[in-house]
Amino acid sequence: MANLNLTLKVWRQLNAEDHGRIETYEARDISDEASFLEMLDIVNERILEDGGEPIHFDHDCREGICGMCSLTINGIPHGKDRGITVCQLHMRTFKDGDIIWIEPFRSRAFPILRDLMVDRTALDRIVAAGGYIDIRTGAAQDANNLPVEKDKAEAAFEAAACIGCGACVASCKNSSAMLFVSAKAAHLNYLPQGAPEKQKRTLSMVRQMDEEGFGNCTNQYECEAVCPKEISADNIAKLNRDYALSSIKEAVS
Amino acid sequence: MLNSNIPSGPIEQKWTNHKFDSKLINPANKRKFKVIVVGSGLAGGAAASTLAELGYQVSCFCYQDSPRRAHSIAAQGGINAAKNYRNDGDSIQRLFYDTVKGGDFRSREANVYRLAEVSNAIIDQATAQGVPFAREYGGLLDNRSFGGAQVSRTFYARGQTGQQLLIGVYQALEKEIGRGGVTMHTRSEMLDLVTVEGHAKGIIVRDMVTGEITSHAADAVILATGGYGNAFFLSTNAMGCNVMAAYRAHKRGACFANPCYTQIHPTCIPVSGDYQSKLTLMSESLRNDGRIWVPKNADDCKKNPSDIPEADRDYYLERKYPSFGNLAPRDIASRAAKEACDDGRGVGPSGLGVYLDFHDATQRLGQETISARYGNLFQMYGKITGEDPYQTPMRIYPAVHYTMGGLWVDYNLMSNVPGLHVLGEANFSDHGANRLGASALMQGLADGYFVIPATIAPYLASQTPGSVTTEHAEFKKVEEEVRERVGRLININGKRTVDSFHRELGHLLWDKCGMARDKAGLEEALDRIPGIREEFWENVRIPGSGNNVNAELEKAGRVADFLEFAELLCHDAHDRKESCGGHFRTEYQFTEKSPEVKAGKTQPGEAKRDDKNFSYVAAWEFKGVGKKPKLHKEPLEYEAVKQTIRSYA
Repeated sequence: MANLNLTLKVWRQLNAEDHGRIETYEARDISDEASFLEMLDIVNERILEDGGEPIHFDHDCREGICGMCSLTINGIPHGKDRGITVCQLHMRTFKDGDIIWIEPFRSRAFPILRDLMVDRTALDRIVAAGGYIDIRTGAAQDANNLPVEKDKAEAAFEAAACIGCGACVASCKNSSAMLFVSAKAAHLNYLPQGAPEKQKRTLSMVRQMDEEGFGNCTNQYECEAVCPKEISADNIAKLNRDYALSSIKEAVS
Repeated sequence: MLNSNIPSGPIEQKWTNHKFDSKLINPANKRKFKVIVVGSGLAGGAAASTLAELGYQVSCFCYQDSPRRAHSIAAQGGINAAKNYRNDGDSIQRLFYDTVKGGDFRSREANVYRLAEVSNAIIDQATAQGVPFAREYGGLLDNRSFGGAQVSRTFYARGQTGQQLLIGVYQALEKEIGRGGVTMHTRSEMLDLVTVEGHAKGIIVRDMVTGEITSHAADAVILATGGYGNAFFLSTNAMGCNVMAAYRAHKRGACFANPCYTQIHPTCIPVSGDYQSKLTLMSESLRNDGRIWVPKNADDCKKNPSDIPEADRDYYLERKYPSFGNLAPRDIASRAAKEACDDGRGVGPSGLGVYLDFHDATQRLGQETISARYGNLFQMYGKITGEDPYQTPMRIYPAVHYTMGGLWVDYNLMSNVPGLHVLGEANFSDHGANRLGASALMQGLADGYFVIPATIAPYLASQTPGSVTTEHAEFKKVEEEVRERVGRLININGKRTVDSFHRELGHLLWDKCGMARDKAGLEEALDRIPGIREEFWENVRIPGSGNNVNAELEKAGRVADFLEFAELLCHDAHDRKESCGGHFRTEYQFTEKSPEVKAGKTQPGEAKRDDKNFSYVAAWEFKGVGKKPKLHKEPLEYEAVKQTIRSYA
């Protein structure tokens, strides 16, 4: 165990109307056993004791599953470690004397609410447009009446592991939400339960995505690199195929 | 005052008969009724989407930025159902019995039977929604074992069953939001309940972005706002989990039942320092293949575990509970870990830890199989501790996880305040004094998908839709009280941070009302809590204004309620002079002299219930801040099962 002295460069912005700015904080004597968010807690306690307003950031479960935390650390959403959210990032991955830049997830589709908190409800609206299987409560048949091939079930699971954090969008130079949308579409499109609505789902989710102001995908795979759940960019290829097929079917029907 | 409304007739027919006997509302009339749902987890989200499908106008509120982030998402291990796909002797009757026994005979029989009865439909519903449960090569669903059961009835989606079930709920909810059946209010916190002529008719809400405080009226209110584990400051709950909605309802007349039934989960990552903000659970499913042990000799505790020979290890759960072994129920496994550590045999830097060892399972099954079963949990552990659990055993210690107590509800899940319904962890009804693993997801979804859609109709049928609006004087009055309270918090302008008060309260509760409790300790806690609360209201510092995002203000409101609620928790623990499930009073345990021990029915140190005097639900009525609440008792009558000593030996 060792303690670290760090310099933080943090984006501060009171609300959507405010002009934001980077402010500097010295984070002294931070245990390397602490998590990154606990480091921010310590800094915030000290800011409060000095009469200031704490740095606001989104967080909740602090175990990498709720998708709430959303910091860009030294330019990389969720930081440089692979396969984790910010709340799973630990201070032992930093060195004494490091300067750490902390910014919000950046995208036009994610307006800033305060400091490091952004509005990601655009992602919910994409799901509302078609990211579901329409089955009334109580209408289901026995779960084992519909066997699903294990590899398809696994592929659906891998896509369903998405936690909707939006790091894919924040990492993309075009602010594309294709990894998020393709993961949701693949989860449901792989499964036999999802087949009847596949065409409708694919078209309406993609159209909603465009309406929300997300950019296009230009195959740079930054999204895959930062995804805390390591969702594969292969889903994007699948979505492009499903979309092309669905568009043709729609045009000729 | 408390009428549990348990239907008459044999237990197997109660639910069917009750649905048949209950009033219905015809489809054309349903759309005239408004229902408020607070919380968007498994219970709230399932209720909101299902009620909207039925045609009701639903407004749903959550404090997170999206309904998908409710803390149900963090449940790892699985969900129980009595499908008996394994042909291992499971049945509704057995799931019912295991759950009643697991709850140490302190739950309401009729509710538990219904839970077991609807469990199978939950699996069907979730599968149809596309929840990717684990499957076998034949394409059918797989099961695993869980604590407190000798059958394999747990359905799972690797270590993220809660997330996958919640995504199923969330998708159904978004479908209804898109269709216009549900109006969703995210980043919105309920600050109070509004009752009109004794009936729950709405809520007061703060928009956590703009600070705007607004009134919302409805024909009925549903709270599905989770548990109160964060009263202890450190718990496995998400940072935002709180008791505010339930406690506000309590202050408006709803009885709070069995608050002392708190679950301490045996397998969490130990505390590493005083900066720690939360504790991380390692799924109970790990106990399927991991073996729990401590060194036999205290001198070996600081040694490298691989240097401690087999003969010098104490696999204490396997030793004490040979038939259940490492799958003993949570309360028992937690206390056994505490005993080992109190005995000076705990491991790790703090001495508060035991080993969870996968060496044997890895030898038997290979690392690949272990990784397929628990990969994400091993990764999570590795990230937090910096150790590789494939190489060295995990270190675990119990932590506050789930709260069995909650607002009192009748068989219809309605509290004693007419119109106020309470679902999931927020109510008290199904788990008694201890919840078995993989039963929380089952209860949340049972309440939301299958129970409340049927049981809310009789209440609504007795009401004229839209009869109360936010123009009613009561809304103005409560809204004003809420504004005054928010203003008061901001204007204290003291010296201490909100977290410092929360931490102080949490440590006190953990010490005096945690894994083991006694009369003197509880009295000390009851003596000290008012002082912390008074200092809070004089000396807390909340910077900024109420008109922007203000995290300190949000936390302060929640901690203010924990500071009142903590007293209720300790009163209940003090009043219940017996040990049962998660409530362990050191004065009430079996000793070597107990006849039951001599007869071989149990062992020294096990919880000693007092069925003669305490076979009741303790439902507390609010009588003022700092005043002892009034106890109402709902007697627990067991017709289908016999109360026995709960033995897992």
